[in-house]
Amino acid sequence: MSKAAFFIFLSFVTLLSSCSINDNSEIAKKKHTITIAGSTSVMPFVEKLSEHFMVDNPNIIVNVQSGGSTAGIQACFNKTIDIGMSSRELKEEERALKEILICYDGISIVVHPKNPIKDLPLTKIRAIFSGKIKNWKELGWIDRKIDAITREEGSGTRGAFEELVMKNEEIDDAIMVQDSNGSVKEIVATDPYAIGYISLGLVDERVKGLAIDGIHANIQNITSRRYKIVRPFLFLTNGAPKEHVQTFIDFVLSKQGQDILRKEGLVGVR
Amino acid sequence: MKEYFVKYMLMAFALSSLFFLFLIFIFILFEGLPLFHKAGLKHIILGSKWAPTKGSFGIFPMIISSFLVTFGALIIGGPMGLSCAIYLSEYSGKRMKMFLKPALELLAGIPSVVYGFLGVVYIVPLVRDYFGGPGFSLLSTSLILGVMILPTVISISFDALMSVPKTYREGSLAMGATKWQTIYKVVVPSAKSGILASFILGMGRAIGETMAVIMVAGNALRTPLSILDPLRTLTSNIALELAYASGDHRLGLFSTGVVLLIIIMILNYIANFGIKKGS
Repeated sequence: MSKAAFFIFLSFVTLLSSCSINDNSEIAKKKHTITIAGSTSVMPFVEKLSEHFMVDNPNIIVNVQSGGSTAGIQACFNKTIDIGMSSRELKEEERALKEILICYDGISIVVHPKNPIKDLPLTKIRAIFSGKIKNWKELGWIDRKIDAITREEGSGTRGAFEELVMKNEEIDDAIMVQDSNGSVKEIVATDPYAIGYISLGLVDERVKGLAIDGIHANIQNITSRRYKIVRPFLFLTNGAPKEHVQTFIDFVLSKQGQDILRKEGLVGVR
Repeated sequence: MKEYFVKYMLMAFALSSLFFLFLIFIFILFEGLPLFHKAGLKHIILGSKWAPTKGSFGIFPMIISSFLVTFGALIIGGPMGLSCAIYLSEYSGKRMKMFLKPALELLAGIPSVVYGFLGVVYIVPLVRDYFGGPGFSLLSTSLILGVMILPTVISISFDALMSVPKTYREGSLAMGATKWQTIYKVVVPSAKSGILASFILGMGRAIGETMAVIMVAGNALRTPLSILDPLRTLTSNIALELAYASGDHRLGLFSTGVVLLIIIMILNYIANFGIKKGS
């Protein structure tokens, strides 16, 4: 019995002491913290950048959170965070924030490698996802239902797809929904009759990226702005950033930072 | 003194589980009810359009889909589970029992993501190739869930069959009935309420399953019109969208949770009632 009581006591002590170490540590006080929040599409890349950044700048802690573009913009207005992340252009009423373009991300329309179709007009893609075209026969292939896959409501990729491809039309509710780029890709890679959309950086030989109106989704066409399904990844600050925040922004825009983004399949701005 | 200490400490732990249940209940209601007030009960329960970022919170197709996969699972898992339970309690020898029981417990212990993974890799392509459609469908989901509810159905109906007094069987056999006649006419009817409870608890398991369902159901928002159509259940709706949801969208997911909670409570109540009536 006394053993058990001692054990419980010990665990409480450990719990308490582990809390206090973080709060009272002398080192933590000297460190600067940068809080970044916003788009879930941008977050993984910024997290990668921050890991590299913190190695070179041990006195700055970068804290990256998600929440969605809109939440990031809102938090930036309220000055609760240092940098907001957005994967969409700012709306008219949000223009007061200072925006820093860090890179572009292309969205590629993908099909199974067996699919003979190489090129589709944007209007046909819109018709597929709004449920007007349901059969591959209508696009000049075999008589088989199209298995279209979209992303879940609230996803940044879906938001960009709705804005850039669907325009004012709604995505049909009979279309399958998956909750990540990865699972959309997995279905398209295994189902010969599937079509979906994923980040350009994730396209490999297991899926085939379609050309849109004759223009292939690749880095040259995105840089020259000929490929249209592209969204910007933005950093947002409210007024002039503090010195240590500026250091991080400079790092992201530097050759080293842009190379990290390029390695992840994004299109840099330099 | 020491004895009392142990007693009250154990009691505190026992009550804490109840406390957590209470906390979950309060939390879900607290988060989920405001939207019912705002959007209207009818709009949510009977609405057929789910576009939470545009102000539509209808979850009717998901309620239907949840019940469809649950009944699908029961159609597949029910007869299979009951047969297994009858074999275990009436026919199998001691050795077979010693082998089968732990194997079934193992089946219950397999994480649902593994079932989902197997479904995506094997069942979905099979359904797509042999039956048509995208493969992510009511049929695939029912197959997977049918297997997943087996341990629940088997263990509870097995207990119900075993609790039928031996004298019933002896009486029936003494009257000249064969073994199968005894099982069919005497044993199973006497264990009826327990078997029913096992089906209902299996339903509860199927309706609450999330991970495996997300992976094989396809998650389309429309009510499925054939068993080869993709569908979205209440649980997968919450798990799919929670990561990005904020504001009313988040509340909408909690409302989905409230509906789910109520359905599961009703199922559990029916199951408990069935067991009590039987004993």
